[in-house]
Amino acid sequence: MIMGALFSRIRTFLPLALGPHPQRELTLTPRGGFACPPRGVAAGALPLALGPHRLHPNAAAALGAPAKRELTLTPRGGFACPPRAVAAGAFALAPGPFSLRSLCERRRREQAPMPRGGPRGMAAGAALLLIASGFTAAASDGLDPAALLKPLADSWPSYSGDYTGRRYSALTQINQSNVKNLTLVWAARLTGGPGAGGFGPGSPAAAARTVIGGEGSGDIAVAGATTVKGAVLMVNGMLYVTAPDNVWALDAHDGHELWHYFWKTKGGTHIGNRGAAIWGTYLYFVTPDDYFVSLDTKTGHERWHKEAAPFSQQYFMTSAPMTIGNHIIVGTGNDLDSPGYLMSFDPETGEQQWRFYTVPMNAGDPGLETWKSLDAARHGGGHPWLPGVYDPETHLYIFGTGNPTPAYTSKPRGEGMDNLFTCAIVALNVDTGKMEWYYQTSPHDTHDWDSAQTPVLVDGDFRGSGPRKMVLTASRNGYYFTLDRRTGEHLVTSKFSETVNWAKGLNAKGQPVREPAKDHHIAGALVSAANGGATNWPPPAYSPDTQLLYVPTSETYAMYYLSETDPRGAMGLGGKDEIGVGTMGSYISAIDYKTGNTVWRHRFRTVGTTRGAPGLLTTAGKLLFGGDVSGNFVAFDPANGNVLWHTQIGQVTNAPETYMVDGRQHVLIAAGDMLYTFALY
Amino acid sequence: MASTLHAQPAQPPGGRGRGAITSPRNAYPDRAPADPAAIERGKALYGVNCQFCHGADTRGGDGGPSLLRSSTVLDDQNGELIAPIVRSGRPGMPKFTLGDDQIKDVAAFVHSFRAAGYDEARLRPPSIIVGDSKAGEAFFNARCASCHSTTGDLRGLASRIPDERLLQQTWLMPGSGGSRGGPPPVTLPPIMVTVTLPSGEMVAGKLDRLDDFTVSLITADGTHRSFRTNGNTPRVDVRDPLQPHRDLLGVYTDADIHNVTAFLVTLK
Repeated sequence: MIMGALFSRIRTFLPLALGPHPQRELTLTPRGGFACPPRGVAAGALPLALGPHRLHPNAAAALGAPAKRELTLTPRGGFACPPRAVAAGAFALAPGPFSLRSLCERRRREQAPMPRGGPRGMAAGAALLLIASGFTAAASDGLDPAALLKPLADSWPSYSGDYTGRRYSALTQINQSNVKNLTLVWAARLTGGPGAGGFGPGSPAAAARTVIGGEGSGDIAVAGATTVKGAVLMVNGMLYVTAPDNVWALDAHDGHELWHYFWKTKGGTHIGNRGAAIWGTYLYFVTPDDYFVSLDTKTGHERWHKEAAPFSQQYFMTSAPMTIGNHIIVGTGNDLDSPGYLMSFDPETGEQQWRFYTVPMNAGDPGLETWKSLDAARHGGGHPWLPGVYDPETHLYIFGTGNPTPAYTSKPRGEGMDNLFTCAIVALNVDTGKMEWYYQTSPHDTHDWDSAQTPVLVDGDFRGSGPRKMVLTASRNGYYFTLDRRTGEHLVTSKFSETVNWAKGLNAKGQPVREPAKDHHIAGALVSAANGGATNWPPPAYSPDTQLLYVPTSETYAMYYLSETDPRGAMGLGGKDEIGVGTMGSYISAIDYKTGNTVWRHRFRTVGTTRGAPGLLTTAGKLLFGGDVSGNFVAFDPANGNVLWHTQIGQVTNAPETYMVDGRQHVLIAAGDMLYTFALY
Repeated sequence: MASTLHAQPAQPPGGRGRGAITSPRNAYPDRAPADPAAIERGKALYGVNCQFCHGADTRGGDGGPSLLRSSTVLDDQNGELIAPIVRSGRPGMPKFTLGDDQIKDVAAFVHSFRAAGYDEARLRPPSIIVGDSKAGEAFFNARCASCHSTTGDLRGLASRIPDERLLQQTWLMPGSGGSRGGPPPVTLPPIMVTVTLPSGEMVAGKLDRLDDFTVSLITADGTHRSFRTNGNTPRVDVRDPLQPHRDLLGVYTDADIHNVTAFLVTLK
């Protein structure tokens, strides 16, 4: 089930370090994109013409260059500049003063800001990595995908800010010594719907700016106010905000709206939207009625929309797409029995590049032996509800999968069978969509506790074994895991919720072993956690300074009553009634990845709350930001959880973010339909 | 009271308009209602040809998978996707000789069942009482009797809360289990708080609100007072009358819970 329950559902009580200056040399491109050589040409022999790519005559003309078609290489509207790492011998054949190389050099000077360390500041290794993945980049006036390889600092260009999922910003202007002086820069209220006269107050000006699209009739009202439950992107001084059916572009200086896009829906579960992705000047988001939509970031005008999943089968999409090179990756959601999948789309055309099903779909597929039947597997769920993370060195896109279905009446899935690859951390080759490894964190889940929480990539020491590339995840089921991210090798399991009681212990693989008596019972089984889980979609954060993973945590109990005695079970989330009986507390848990131990916990002081803790951000200013369960936005000391600053803004509904605007560090947070930014003056 | 217990309220009849999405439960449009005569004809054909394997309710039967969640059936509008499978068969499924109109009728019947991720229970257990009331009484006397009495505050409890599940939820955590459509069957005593100021002055009252930064309370004379807190200053002592119930959640076995409920239902 979607991890949006946290803020909106009654049935719940409420988830790489890069080298310095990677890949700056590849940021050089005119509007429309440029192309880097595909995989395999890094050796220094860039062919004169690469496949079908040609220099668009207009692009060349705009540069004052003759259109030398045979020398050029680029997708639609752009031209191609090889990175310097491969330029050395590759363009010897380029004739005349307007050789491709000179064009590229010119573009570099004109459009690409020099890295602080100068051209030699880049990591050569990173360049080769990028080449090897066949990246194409996008327009210089938009977001170059190569920028996503940078350590998180000046902007917030993707769901987690960067590919690591650490939500650790290198910014230090706001730090422990001055955070007490943090003050409001601006606050803005978002108005959804088709504009004035529609849903919400609106205004003539807002209506004029609203671009309307969608396949629905326009007569469906969505209950509930606009709520931001995902990432806000900050690129080139603009903020891009989403809620189901709505996208807004705001000026990061003062929050004023530049455009608003509204999608007329056919229906689908409108529980939340985790944000947009950007590639060049193109924005991408998904809709509850299963469309993958691309907008122009400058105007909000729609470029195209594609059907991403069948609405007839009751899919609904909530995830934030991820830009990785020339892939836009996004996953499905559905509460009915259906197969989950991850898709990669072409950024220009929206054509599907690959699709990875998280459950076996055909005879002979791996994992089929862990299901009662092929029919069970094909209806087995495993939806990748949230964006994953990416390791450019191994080309692995690593993400979590959702719970198996039927969620509660699990016998039709095969009693005790693992039901691969649901509730697992899965690593795919980003170019092919092929699985490299998996590790299942909840074999045969029976509580609708997905393992889709965005994982976190960490490079560091592991018990004296030297530098290790790892992936960390704190799962909704209450267990924490450290894995080797090259191989999926299990390193650590621990229980980060003290109350969780659904498992007998751990098996030899470090997986929790389900206690069937804690599935549910006709007379009720008292289970911790309640359906919302020990943690949920609100993202964790990791600080390399403290080497701690910070996890929003809730400790809850619920009675799970089996309400369907038909031996064939129920569909989807049916077959049980779950009634909460108590919240023991909501926390931030600080977990040591080497041991799995919780080093400290901050318990939010409250009585009887049913809320889970919102997501987190940490910074090189030695700060940890997050909302509490009582409407405060708080800065903590990441070393010990002590409170350093707070302000009351109403219930926080997403994870904080930070970036620079005109030399000033801003911190952004959402509370329902309100956005707030804070800075020092 | 019983109605407040049903976590999944009955669905409104099919064919409703698309006015508003108020919950995930009505996020998908119902199919337009088919001609009842067609559904009846389809039911008869289905009963003869399909039911043995796919079940009378299309949820699967002796060997055949559920049709209700089948992607083919969900995508099908009027038999057009079902027809090729019916006519050609599949591995493990014979082919059937049915005319176009007959297949449309079968499709109308199959589509008359509602597929939903929030599947409604069809065979509800009649009772949740499975425990041993003697063992429940012993547990009660050991763990509950210091605060509660079967001849005092709990006298006639099962008459006041005749619904078994609501009774169980209520003794586990008073106030829980009644959230859907009905008031909780008990009145909860207030949470009390005492704030001890640095001067030594103590201010006590009913807790209004508490977080890491502020404590608010209502004193006996009705005055609302708030205090900014900084760490443990001023000192805040909360007395939550439900805390013993919370503390017991980590103690019970499920058998304890079932036994205590079996005992408490005898308190008519």
